[in-house]
Amino acid sequence: MKLTNKDLIKLYGDMWLVRLFEARVQDLFASGVLPGFIHLGLGQEACMVGTCFNLEDGDIIGATHREHGVLLMRGVSANAIMAELYGKVTGTCKGKGGSMHTCGLKEGALGNNAILGPGQAIINGFAYAHKFRNNKKVAVTMFGDGASNRGEFHEGLNFASVWNLPTIYIINNNGYAISVPVSKQQKIQDLSARAAGYGIPGVSIDGNDVLTVLETTAEAVKRAREGGGPSLIEFKTYRWRGHFEGDPTPYRTNSELEDWMENRDPIKNFGKDLLEREVLTEKEMKEIIAEQQAIVDAAQKFAEESEWPPESEIYTDVYYNDEGGAQ
Amino acid sequence: MREITVAEAIREALSEEMDRDKNVFVFGEDVGKFGGCFGVTMGLYDRYPDRVIDTMIAETGLMGICLGSAYAGMKPVAELMFSDFATVCFDYFANQASKNRYMTGMQEGGQAAGLVVRAPNGAGFRAAGQHSQCMEQYFMPIPGIKIAIPSTPADTKGLLKYAIRGNDPVIFLEHKLLYSIKGPVPEGDYVIPFGSADIKREGTDVTVIATQMMVHKSLAAAEKLAKDGISVEVVDPRSLKPLDMKTIMASVKKTKRVVLVNEAPKTGNAMTEIGLRIAEQGFDFLEAPPIRVCAPDTPIPFSPVLEDKWIRSEADIIAGIKKALS
Repeated sequence: MKLTNKDLIKLYGDMWLVRLFEARVQDLFASGVLPGFIHLGLGQEACMVGTCFNLEDGDIIGATHREHGVLLMRGVSANAIMAELYGKVTGTCKGKGGSMHTCGLKEGALGNNAILGPGQAIINGFAYAHKFRNNKKVAVTMFGDGASNRGEFHEGLNFASVWNLPTIYIINNNGYAISVPVSKQQKIQDLSARAAGYGIPGVSIDGNDVLTVLETTAEAVKRAREGGGPSLIEFKTYRWRGHFEGDPTPYRTNSELEDWMENRDPIKNFGKDLLEREVLTEKEMKEIIAEQQAIVDAAQKFAEESEWPPESEIYTDVYYNDEGGAQ
Repeated sequence: MREITVAEAIREALSEEMDRDKNVFVFGEDVGKFGGCFGVTMGLYDRYPDRVIDTMIAETGLMGICLGSAYAGMKPVAELMFSDFATVCFDYFANQASKNRYMTGMQEGGQAAGLVVRAPNGAGFRAAGQHSQCMEQYFMPIPGIKIAIPSTPADTKGLLKYAIRGNDPVIFLEHKLLYSIKGPVPEGDYVIPFGSADIKREGTDVTVIATQMMVHKSLAAAEKLAKDGISVEVVDPRSLKPLDMKTIMASVKKTKRVVLVNEAPKTGNAMTEIGLRIAEQGFDFLEAPPIRVCAPDTPIPFSPVLEDKWIRSEADIIAGIKKALS
């Protein structure tokens, strides 16, 4: 796949947008501004950005509570996502879903499913519709190593495989299912080995190298568009934060975290590469980061200035056709 | 008017809706050439081979296909082989289909999410505790779900067509013992909206509210009691969510006494909700407390002699009515 310098610069900026957005969410939660539960994707930016680069209008991607970044990459406005996190009426779900349910169906982001498993079954419904309509569109589900032990992952893979659906299963293996390391959950080394059981291609790659992520998903997306059926991809990655904000992470060492942050930071490494290849200068990088920071600042301002949902919102959107009768 | 069975009424409804809308699909275990576990979809595969789809025996995978395709604008009608199996995929009812319109941005743009899950309900088949239950009470507390619970061929057809044309998740409960009963069904297209209870028999002394098989048993009980000069009104809610309290309260206001009949165990029974609403709204004019006629709080036993005792009978309903009148 031939990427232009413009593409490379976009990838760099996109990863910064995800990082800065998540970092701001981290701060806002720590200072007590944001209610609820927050799960951050810091450290996993390349997985989201590299994957979404390959998606077109009409494609769909569904992820989990850790992927605000996927919504950003699908073009859901940072303002609406941030407002949802605040619980404001201008949020993606009018403040009725929160961080764990941000969504952008119009933009091709099924949104976050905060129960692990159903996303891997529901995505096939979109894939089925795509296939029936023969529209060459794909359906992607992105989830963690923990969800890959759920029955729905296996049922979903089997449906996709037997029906040759254009579904792409992506595991962001960040090492821990909440607190339990992968080694205590699976006997296999590479989670993509499970693809063999369903007769479909499976591959495990470095999820912190955005170009590898991009090229690997591009191949799976191409195969799915051309009727070649589903794929299973494992990104080996790492989350910098705990499972949720406030998680004291007693299950892992500081040296492990420092190693990933120092040596395997997807943005730092990609930035170094771009400097060496003279795609960007340090000055240009600073400008890009400032641009992304401005988007995040504006999102925060928008969310802060937005209205709370009126009380009447409790009762709306329960049914599409409401015959009444509720208490 | 012509008479057809409940199974034929369902088949007609599916077939007519599939002709009307090319987005209507049937997904389920053995619904294809086999025609479904109870033969309800028999012959549909031959007419719509690309829209009557056999799935793996994997209810969560099945529900995922249906829900995802519903979001993508298709109109899936799932068949769960037994309503008891809803527990295997309960997340899709309790957390996914029911909440996505509210929680995950389905509000704008009229995104479709119509999803109908047909599920055979009920005891009397000598199928023991995992294949015989009436499951409606499990769905009662879930905002966002609709529950259809028909008792006649005509109601079944009209309610199913209404369900398919709607854009909400519906659990459509069909009683296994009713599939083969015949009744008058109008020719041509018609729908019966949810939230419209039907008075199956008019009376003045006592109101019996019943669903599915218990509607038929209550009607038989009413017939017997008429000979003793007791006039029983039988009300069939036809859908539990939404619930037509207007028709129910009008009946109870007239008779001032109510008996609630349902096949499932008594504790947490769907009728308990109806009974309490009646008590809240009708305390001033009720002349007796609401009486429930429901099954014992036990699993459904296999042995025919035990199962027949377990299922509430016409005599149990008569006893309930007499209690309400005493």
